[in-house]
Amino acid sequence: MRLRTTSAVAGAAALLLLTGCGAADMTQQASPFANAQGARTVTLSVQSWVGAQANVSVAQYLLEHELGYRVDTVQVDEVPAWDALSQGRVDAILEDWGHPDQEKRYAEDKKTIARGGDLGVTGHIGWYVPTYFAKEHPDVTDWKNLDKYASLFRTAESGGKGQLMDGSPSYVTNDKALVNNLQLDYQVVFAGSEAAQITQIKQFAKEKKPFLTYWYSPQWLFKKVPMTEVKLPAYKEGCDADPAEVACAYPHTPLQKYLNADFARSGGKAAAFLKNFKWTTEDQNEVSLMIANDKLSPQEAAKKWVDSHESTWRSWLS
Amino acid sequence: MAAVTASVGPSGPADRARALVRQPAARKVLVLALAAAVLVPLLDSRWASGTWPHALTVDLGEPLGRAGDWIIDNRDSHPLFLYFFGHVSNAVVLSVRAVYLVLLAPGWAGVTAVAGLVAWRVAGVRLALGTAAAFLTCGLLGMWVPTMQTLALMVVAVLASVALGALLGLAAGLSDRTYRALRPVLDTMQVLPAFAYLLPVVLVFGIGVPAAVLATVVYAAPPMARLTALGLRGADTGVMEAVASLGATARQRLLTARLPLARKELLLGLNQTIMMALSMAVIASVIGAGGLGDRVYQALASVDVGAALAAGIPIVLLAVVLDRVTAAAGEGGLGDSSKGLGGSSQGLGDASKSVTLWAYAAAGAVVVALAGRLTGRLDWPESWVVNIAEPVNHAVDWMTNHLYSGVPYIGGTADWAGHFTTGVLNPLRDGLQWLPWWSVLLIVATLAWLIGTWRTALTAVLAMAAIGVLGVWKPSLDTLSQVLAAVAVTLVLGFGIGIAAARSAAVERRLRPVLDVFQTMPQFVYLIPVVALFGVGRAPAVAAAVVYALPAVVRITTQGLRAVDPAALESARSLGATSGQQLRQVQLPLARPALLLALNQGFVLVLAVVIIGGLVGGGALGYDVVFGLAQGDLATGLVAGSAIVCLGLMLDRVTQPTERRSKKGA
Repeated sequence: MRLRTTSAVAGAAALLLLTGCGAADMTQQASPFANAQGARTVTLSVQSWVGAQANVSVAQYLLEHELGYRVDTVQVDEVPAWDALSQGRVDAILEDWGHPDQEKRYAEDKKTIARGGDLGVTGHIGWYVPTYFAKEHPDVTDWKNLDKYASLFRTAESGGKGQLMDGSPSYVTNDKALVNNLQLDYQVVFAGSEAAQITQIKQFAKEKKPFLTYWYSPQWLFKKVPMTEVKLPAYKEGCDADPAEVACAYPHTPLQKYLNADFARSGGKAAAFLKNFKWTTEDQNEVSLMIANDKLSPQEAAKKWVDSHESTWRSWLS
Repeated sequence: MAAVTASVGPSGPADRARALVRQPAARKVLVLALAAAVLVPLLDSRWASGTWPHALTVDLGEPLGRAGDWIIDNRDSHPLFLYFFGHVSNAVVLSVRAVYLVLLAPGWAGVTAVAGLVAWRVAGVRLALGTAAAFLTCGLLGMWVPTMQTLALMVVAVLASVALGALLGLAAGLSDRTYRALRPVLDTMQVLPAFAYLLPVVLVFGIGVPAAVLATVVYAAPPMARLTALGLRGADTGVMEAVASLGATARQRLLTARLPLARKELLLGLNQTIMMALSMAVIASVIGAGGLGDRVYQALASVDVGAALAAGIPIVLLAVVLDRVTAAAGEGGLGDSSKGLGGSSQGLGDASKSVTLWAYAAAGAVVVALAGRLTGRLDWPESWVVNIAEPVNHAVDWMTNHLYSGVPYIGGTADWAGHFTTGVLNPLRDGLQWLPWWSVLLIVATLAWLIGTWRTALTAVLAMAAIGVLGVWKPSLDTLSQVLAAVAVTLVLGFGIGIAAARSAAVERRLRPVLDVFQTMPQFVYLIPVVALFGVGRAPAVAAAVVYALPAVVRITTQGLRAVDPAALESARSLGATSGQQLRQVQLPLARPALLLALNQGFVLVLAVVIIGGLVGGGALGYDVVFGLAQGDLATGLVAGSAIVCLGLMLDRVTQPTERRSKKGA
């Protein structure tokens, strides 16, 4: 009995002590691994696709070797990454494919996230078939003829229908609605992660099997498995506004960078560098291919690119 | 079933029926059949058969969405966050940071030396060398900094879990009422697949270390609580009476008798907590925990199994080292305490000798750390990194190139996966989804009641009904079909290997390190190889689940068969039973409780991985959880998460062996 009262008192005292210190703002809280050993640290969020890894690895290499920062990277999915950015858990997102809701909430209303400008790369999502298959059946590249080939795209997972393979649930996709609204004889099968999707695409390509997949450019895999886009009904501004009604292709999106607002203000050279960071699709693909295909570590790939493109990155440092 | 009640006729059948009724199992079935005969027509006329009726669902989407928005909008202003969660979060960040800085300060040489010396004092020379080698391997793999980050996270999470678990266990150990109230809570916490509750933690604490630590504590505290309670309750009554008769107060009794006597259980609790926390390290990386788990996760994104393995091996090494050292501490400690009770002066001599040795150890560690500092070799030298990724990737490539398809006679793994999907998974799923919803509830009730008590049956039925009410009946049955298929495969393989290991010590010895590795290797490492072998879909999810659950099933089976009374075996042998007969008629029946436990553990473990299978095309509930996490969609994620919890609860109750219950009651 005594013990219970003592522990109760101790607990209450601890609680008082904690709350007595005043308010604790958890929305402004860096990673515990940041700025260890007196080094200035920048924390970058990496998304699960290789292009994002390429951006981060080059930024990391230059921050570490040219500007003397220590860089931490954290893999976070897109939407949670916005949240983490607003809280200061990460300092920057280098490649955003367009999240109007998040942009409004954090960049416009709360002002906890600042825009970091264009990455220089334009992204596009679409439906793709392997080029070896498109050459044999040229009419497959129009969505109207897709049903004709549904039986060729069938797998164990898609039941009696053709399989349209989608990737990670974190990616922007209207595919279920598209299949439904265009009345296609297809079943969307989610690979669950880009890694799984790439592995499967490579296996199909090795056997020259036909497949239909959600995919996007820029992407290094095009160099290994050439793919041809299937034409969907043309994209018009606002045609994808209602997720249930959408029946058109995906837009071309200039990819954006975003910085934590505090970091953008007081991040010194690192923040200025990340705002200046701007390269081309070819640059990004070059690094991505080294990481994903040649199995170089991201740092090695970044070093290779940095060594041969000094003129490009010099201007980011000013 | 209704036919059984109808056939109760005169004379002969009646006797037989009465005899049947006297059997408890038959009686239970009879009661259920009666209930079904009354309820089913009623339910059927009210809501049509087939899938769960829409009228009985509750749509949580809108309120959950609003709750999510409220949290995000109020996180920086509401007192609940400012004065409670904020402090919790800050405390976690500060302590992890403190531990991390402490680990960085002595450099790699210092940390290795300290770890080795602690292991030497606690567990002997062999384990000390093993520990040092393990730490050096982490460095050689180029994983020193991530290893330290994970270690910092683990230290804080384990300390918090142990503190929380010990408090709960203390309360449950001293008061019967608390014990009864706490038991179902702990049961439930242990059945929850960790993946299911990441989302709510993230929503409150945001991505990053605080959320990861708290999710880990929820996962890792129950074993500590359970074993503390067990240790305190199991104190020898004789000793307790003796102490009481000496006039000790309640507190003295606790501190001088009960806690020391429970030392073995306490250390086992610590050991279990460490293992659970480490297994969370990778799952927590999905919510930005950093460290080794994050490296595994990032490597997977670029489909780099070699790099994932390079980050996975340190996790395995940490787990094995911590497991062996804490286990050794448990055994050694028991010896010490019995000496202490003896009260001889020799015990005192030992103590002072041990203090000197500790002092030497500490001094040695300080010297190494200082040497490292002075030579400026704090960071692991980059030139000492061995790249294992390349050969591993070659091996994986070879495997997939040669096994995926076109193997003569037996077909490639892709063909197997296809056959398995169309031949086993599809019929199973379609069958389950075709069953009228009330019949699923009835089956669950029957199974749970036959194996357990009416209370377990009630929990199981309510859990299953909750899934329907949440409106995810169909995807849940899809997940269930994957679990059933995976458990079936696991049991066939697990019992086979377990029997082989039980009959031959050589097999068991050779198997042990393999099982260790498979049990501690983060599940995420398997995900890409299984896709490379089996393609995208439910088949690779099932394969990963089998690999993960197999070690536990093999271990429990082996132990169960080994523990069979040798006298019974001997008498069977003397009666001239062949070894096959011995196995079938003596060993297996006698080991039934252990086999049931293996079944139960198989279900719980398989469910945890089948869910993660959402990352490789497993679909169903796992996909919804991944989707919820990725899109910050509380409605989808939390509903799926709750359904997983209910499914886990139902599976646990349906397979809960009476053995486990009685053990818990001890």
